[in-house]
Amino acid sequence: MGIHQTGHAAERGIPARAGVSLKADHYRTIIETRPDMGFFEVHAENYMGAGGPPHRYLTAIREHYPLSLHGVGLSIGADRPLDQAHLQRLKALSKRYEPGLVSEHLAWSSHGTSYLDDLLPLPYTDDALSRICQHIDQVQTGLDRQMLLENPATYLWFKESTWRETDFIREIARRTGCGLLLDVNNAHVASTNQQWDARAYINDFPLDRVQQIHLAGHSRQTDEKGRPLLIDSHDRSVDERVWNLFSQVIQRIGPVPTLIEWDTNIPAWPELQAQAVMAEALMGLSNTEEQRHDTLA
Amino acid sequence: MTRLPERLGEFASALLAPERPVPEGLVGPDGEPSARRFAVYRNNVFVGLIDALRAGFPCTVRLVGDEFFAAMARVFAAATPPSSPVLLRYGAEFPDFIASFPPAESLPYLADVARIERAATEAYHEREAVPLTPSALAGVPPDQASMLRFRLHPSVRLLRSPYPAFTIWRMNAADGKPAPVDLSEAQDTMVLRPDAEVDVRQVVPASHDFVAALGRGLALSQATETALAKDSDFDLSENLRELIQMGAFIGFELETRGAQP
Repeated sequence: MGIHQTGHAAERGIPARAGVSLKADHYRTIIETRPDMGFFEVHAENYMGAGGPPHRYLTAIREHYPLSLHGVGLSIGADRPLDQAHLQRLKALSKRYEPGLVSEHLAWSSHGTSYLDDLLPLPYTDDALSRICQHIDQVQTGLDRQMLLENPATYLWFKESTWRETDFIREIARRTGCGLLLDVNNAHVASTNQQWDARAYINDFPLDRVQQIHLAGHSRQTDEKGRPLLIDSHDRSVDERVWNLFSQVIQRIGPVPTLIEWDTNIPAWPELQAQAVMAEALMGLSNTEEQRHDTLA
Repeated sequence: MTRLPERLGEFASALLAPERPVPEGLVGPDGEPSARRFAVYRNNVFVGLIDALRAGFPCTVRLVGDEFFAAMARVFAAATPPSSPVLLRYGAEFPDFIASFPPAESLPYLADVARIERAATEAYHEREAVPLTPSALAGVPPDQASMLRFRLHPSVRLLRSPYPAFTIWRMNAADGKPAPVDLSEAQDTMVLRPDAEVDVRQVVPASHDFVAALGRGLALSQATETALAKDSDFDLSENLRELIQMGAFIGFELETRGAQP
């Protein structure tokens, strides 16, 4: 990938460092204090208004930081044709802000004329596979760039599934040439909920395709049989077990652009920044070993 | 085997209708059905949509309390799920829903307060446009001024209420202090975002009608007649000055000379 001429002062490419979700609560702090941060990531749909303060802040922040664009509404797994108007909106945003990475989910969220506002699970069948690949082809053609596909946090399993999740994702990447976003928290949540071995999941995952990692917090419930049911809530700091899995990934593939996602119960800026510092420490990017131990403590 | 469209269709239908049974073949790690697991998705959908409405209608939340609001929003969300993944558009029909929601009947002004909140959200996300400066009108020959047709800023929204909706909205905003109000007072509100901040202000009925007439594309003379019909004391120059100061116009046309500037 060549260096593109951009209208933004900051580079287009995302460095192999930690970044955080960009939240309105932190706009001013970021602009006024210009913290050391590898990149910021936004949910594309939050910037699909015609104008207003969200665009003003994002434009100002993009001047100084690389940006990744994370879609939550394209519904790539849906059985209906891809929403072309939505794809055009995503394309317009991508042109305007020149993000280093654009990602979406292995999930569906629209049905009929309704948007269901959740990342819903799919059966891992040949039928679903070919539909998903068609949609990813359309996205990559429409955006004129590669997209990354994110592994889901799931709470149940479709009985008719004939593929293991990691094989299903590998096959999608092989057929479409898309990159992958490995959400390590999702891998932990899904593995716990489905009673898979999370370390084996990571080992089976096509890590050679991974261009970005997501880390987030989850909450804990139990199902009707008392089995653990983890919820991908993005409302707290990253769990110890997820940090451990993250280290396992880094040992295999080295430092990767790694995002701390935090979408509800947004903390004060220093707490969010500390999570990014932790991720960089585990990637061996921090200055000293002591710093890493301090963060862990 | 059930085909994908039917499979996702039954999943979607059961999500939005809690009384429907969980579709078959959605299982836990033992291969057995698990209603509790399906309930996570059901809950996520509603929590997400209720949160989106809560964020867009904070004064309405304050007026009815969070529990009532969540229940009301849930009924709305089940009947009117979003039609677009761009959730900042969600809730445009919510004020009308509130007006027809029987449990909210005891607060007849509630829908109008919600309309102000919705207008403010729309103005916030409206496209950018540079307001007209006072000097832009300097070149207009006085004898042609009556023919001026102003272009309103795209973020302008007007609201008319038979209740003191503006005062109630203001008192229940984040920094507001609730106090007794006279519910028989009708109030009109104008919303605008000329720059970074959304401006929400009360306007007198004649000013409301004046701006509405300009928004319909009427010439200044016709819009003035409309305002005078509402209030014979309507002061044109004062209203124009104030509207320009607010940033309510982005341009004007003179019939004889075409678009300006």
